[in-house]
Amino acid sequence: MSVRTLRIPTRSVRMIERNAMAFRRNWMVIFSGFVEPVLYLLGIGFGIGSLVRTIPIGDGHTVSYAVFVAPALMASSAMNGAIYESTFNLFYKLRYARTFEAVISTPVGVEDATLGEVMWAIGRGSLYSVGFVIVMLALGLVASPWAILAVPASILVGFAFAALGAALTTFVRQWQDLDIIQLALQPMFLFSATFFPVTVYPPALRLLVEWTPLYRGIDLVRGLTTGGVGPGLLGDVAYLAVMGLIGVTIAALRLRSRLLK
Amino acid sequence: MAVRVVEHNVVVFRRLWRGYIMVSFFTPLFFLASMGLGLGSLVNRGSGGVGGVPYIDYLAPGLLAATTMQAAAFECMYPILAKILWDRIYDAMLATRLSVRDVIAGEVAWVALRMLMVATIFWVVMAAFGVAHTFESLLVIPAAALNGLAFATPIMAFTATQRNDNAFSTIFRFVITPLYLLGGAFFPISSLPGALQAVAWATPLAHGVELCRGLVLGDLVPAQAVLHLTVLLAYAIAGVVFVRPLLTKRLLK
Repeated sequence: MSVRTLRIPTRSVRMIERNAMAFRRNWMVIFSGFVEPVLYLLGIGFGIGSLVRTIPIGDGHTVSYAVFVAPALMASSAMNGAIYESTFNLFYKLRYARTFEAVISTPVGVEDATLGEVMWAIGRGSLYSVGFVIVMLALGLVASPWAILAVPASILVGFAFAALGAALTTFVRQWQDLDIIQLALQPMFLFSATFFPVTVYPPALRLLVEWTPLYRGIDLVRGLTTGGVGPGLLGDVAYLAVMGLIGVTIAALRLRSRLLK
Repeated sequence: MAVRVVEHNVVVFRRLWRGYIMVSFFTPLFFLASMGLGLGSLVNRGSGGVGGVPYIDYLAPGLLAATTMQAAAFECMYPILAKILWDRIYDAMLATRLSVRDVIAGEVAWVALRMLMVATIFWVVMAAFGVAHTFESLLVIPAAALNGLAFATPIMAFTATQRNDNAFSTIFRFVITPLYLLGGAFFPISSLPGALQAVAWATPLAHGVELCRGLVLGDLVPAQAVLHLTVLLAYAIAGVVFVRPLLTKRLLK
C-alpha cells in the first residue's frame, strides 16, 4: 500500500486506552485544568460583571454579563483542553517518548493512532466543558433549554482544535515552536467575542474576528445557552466540522509519510 | 561574590531574551486591548468606569502588579529547582568560592532585575495606551518589582524544599491564578464576599495593586503607601529569612 493513501481507522480505541492507562497516576493534572475557566467566570463574569451589568445580545433582549461570558469560557475550555493535549503532549509522544513508533509496530496503524490521539484530546476538552456547564447550571447561567446541545457543540469545538493542534504538531521541530502556537492562542482567547460582543470592533476588524475558529465556537455555544438560536449556528457547525476533518486528515497523512518510510 | 551568580543568569538570559521580551510585551498589549479597551467600553457604559476613572486606567496598574507576581512566581519555581536538582548548577557554584549566602543574594538580585525589566516593558505599553501620563508614574516600575519580590522570596523558600515539580502547577492553579483574577487587579476587592476580602488583604498582591494604582493615578495617600510598602517588604524579607536555612540544609548535606 502506498504511503499516501489512508486506511479507515478501526482500532483508535486502543490508543485511547493506552493514554488512559498512562494518565492513571496523573489524573490530578487533567482535573485541575477545570479550575481556571471557573476562576475566570467568577472574576470576570461576576467581578467585572457587576460593573458591566447587562449586555444586549442579537435579537434585542439583554442578558446579565455572567450569562454572556459563561458560554464563551465553556467553548474556550474545550479549545484549551483539546489543543494542549494535541500539541504539547502529542509532540512529546512523537519526539521523545517515541510512543508512535511503539504503537504502530502492533496491529494498530498510524491512522488509528492519529484518530485515537485526537479523540483523547477531545475527551480532555469535553471533560472541562461538561464540568463547566454543571457550574453554569448551578449558578443559574443557563438561559435556554437549547443549552442541552451546548455539550455536543463543545465536543465539536474540541474536535476542531484537537485536529488543528495535531496537524500543526506534525510541523513542529522543537519546543520553542510550540510557544508560537501558545502565543497565537492567547489573542484568540482574548479577542474572539469572549469578553465583549464583536459590535465593539470597527467593521473590518469585526469581519476578521468572525472568521477565526474560536469565534465560531463561542458563537455556537453562546447561541445555544442564551437561546439566540438561528440558521447562523449551522454555519458555525459546518466551519468547525470542516476544520476538524481537514486537520485530522493532514495529521494522519503527514504522520504516515513520516513514520512509514 | 553574589554578582557572579547574577552574571550566570545574564549569560543564560542572553540566549533566550527574545522569547522573554516578546511575552513581556505582547501579554500586556493583548490584555490591555481586550480587557482595558474592549471590555472597558462596556464597564464605562455600565457604571461610568471604576472610582471615577475609565476602566483601562483602573485596570492597567493593577494588571502590572499581577503580572510581576506571576512572572516572579514562575522565576522562583522551575528555574530554581532546575539549578538545585536537575542541572545542579548550585552544586557547581558552591564548589567555587561562592557561599549559599552569595547564591541567595545573587538570585534575589537577579529576580529583582527581571521584575524591573518586566515592569519597564509594561510601563511602555501602558504609556502607549495613554494610561501612565505623569513623570511620577515611573515610580510604578520599582513598586511593581517590589511586589514581585514579595512573592519571589517566599516561593524560593518553598522551592528549596521540593523534590520534584509536581507542586508548582498546583500553586499556580490554586494560589497565583486566583489572585491574578480575584486579587484586586480587575475589580475592587470590596466587591468580594467578606471573608475573601480579608484573605485578599492578607496577601502581598492587594497591597502591590493598591500601591501601583495609586502611583499611576496620582492619588496615593502617604499613610497607606507606607502600609503597603511595609507589607511588601515584610513578605520579601520573611522569604529571605526562610530561604537561608532551607537552601543551606538542601545544598550542604
